[in-house]
Amino acid sequence: MVRKVIIIGSGPAGLTAAIYTARANLEPLVFEGLQPGGQLTITTDVENFPGFPEGIMGPELMDNMRKQAQRFGAETHFANVDRVDLSQRPFTVEAGGKEYQAETLIISTGATARLLGLDSESKLMGFGVSACATCDGFFYKDKEILVVGGGDSALEEAIYLTKFASKVTLVHRRDELRGSKIMQSRALNHPKIDVAWNSVITEFLGDPAAGGLTGVIMRDTVTNETREVKTDGVFLAIGHQPNSDLFKGQLKTDAAGYIVTEADSTRTSVEGVFAAGDIQDTKYRQAVTAAGSGCAAAIEVEKYLEAQEG
Amino acid sequence: MGELTLQITDDNFESEVLQSDVPVLLDFWAEWCGPCRVIAPVVEEIAGDYNGKAKVGKVNVDHTPGVAAKYGIRSIPTLLIFSKGNVHKQIVGAVPKGQITDVLDELIG
Ligand SMILES: Cc1cc2nc3c(=O)[nH]c(=O)nc-3n(C[C@H](O)[C@H](O)[C@H](O)COP(=O)(O)OP(=O)(O)OC[C@H]3O[C@@H](n4cnc5c(N)ncnc54)[C@H](O)[C@@H]3O)c2cc1C
Repeated sequence: MVRKVIIIGSGPAGLTAAIYTARANLEPLVFEGLQPGGQLTITTDVENFPGFPEGIMGPELMDNMRKQAQRFGAETHFANVDRVDLSQRPFTVEAGGKEYQAETLIISTGATARLLGLDSESKLMGFGVSACATCDGFFYKDKEILVVGGGDSALEEAIYLTKFASKVTLVHRRDELRGSKIMQSRALNHPKIDVAWNSVITEFLGDPAAGGLTGVIMRDTVTNETREVKTDGVFLAIGHQPNSDLFKGQLKTDAAGYIVTEADSTRTSVEGVFAAGDIQDTKYRQAVTAAGSGCAAAIEVEKYLEAQEG
Repeated sequence: MGELTLQITDDNFESEVLQSDVPVLLDFWAEWCGPCRVIAPVVEEIAGDYNGKAKVGKVNVDHTPGVAAKYGIRSIPTLLIFSKGNVHKQIVGAVPKGQITDVLDELIG
């Protein structure tokens, strides 16, 4: 069976594309990936998505979007896409050991938290190292923790984590923060927040099988001296990177890995393949802009299929 | 919550989990945890598929801090798979069903 459209990813972009393509009777199949609902499922209140005057919880907003897509007949699978072949039509998508084919693809694989890239970091992920304050903050009641980063999201996480932790130290590689003035003064004036200036983590210490993280090695970026710092937890807040590895060598991406789309369009470098949301957005990266581009991709798919049949 | 999953508390942990004759899959979760909603239906399905061959329990970390602390849980969702009173495998984060059932199948043999 060759589908009319397969959507890869189930954040605001993918699910909006699913709502539109389902309503256009294109019977979309959505691969949800390992984070069904996307990035908003790891946040609490979303205050800026239009239509919710009191705000809405991220996971609830995404459950609603999924239900809305399913109501119009979108099929959703909790599976990760492991491989795609864009070299011939119909396109092939491999997920959960099975192959699926479609005339068009909408790629909305979004972004995930950037990591430092150390072996010891991946070993201790979930054992004291975290990229999600709202998921894991709870486990650090009265503990001393580090937050890596210097932008608004790092400052926000640091402030959020003071609800649990007894002390939060921001680890920042420069001697001044990047975040907005308001967030800076809120964080710097907080009695529980400290800053380790000009510092980078070069190693995470501890054994996942024996209690997890115990500390880190930090290097001073000015003097190059290293020191060991004891800590119960490290939260990373150093930005996000696009999930485009799957398409390497098959679609045009920019130097940072974002899929390149044509101006005023969601068309990629391969005809019939469209990209929406954070995966192609180097500028806005908001839920509502992701949803908007998901809508655009759906309409472009519909037009494209009509022209093919035409 | 499904009828096939057990509610594990600090009180019944010893008898239901540590002294169980069959392997036990424990799902550590909380109301406020978005990613936990992802794994919940998968765990529910496993409870149905392995009915009688393995036990499946849910641990609400807000209500059961003792067990979570004892096993050093620092992130949820976390799945622990027990065999004969010991942790055989720890899985952090949402994973596809096959990755969980592979471990159970290996234990059940
Ligand atoms: C903590 C946090 C708070 C935020 N708060 C706000 C806010 O208040 N307001 C706001 O507007 N924006 C907020 N954002 C940004 C917003 O979440 C993103 O802009 C938006 O989610 C992007 O949507 P997306 O659909 O492009 O991708 P994502 O939401 O990143 O979703 C990507 C999807 O692709 C799937 N996927 C990835 N790889 C594969 C694969 N190989 N196979 C199958 N599926 C795959 C994932 O499982 C996921 O479902 C926040 C982000 C974070 C991290």
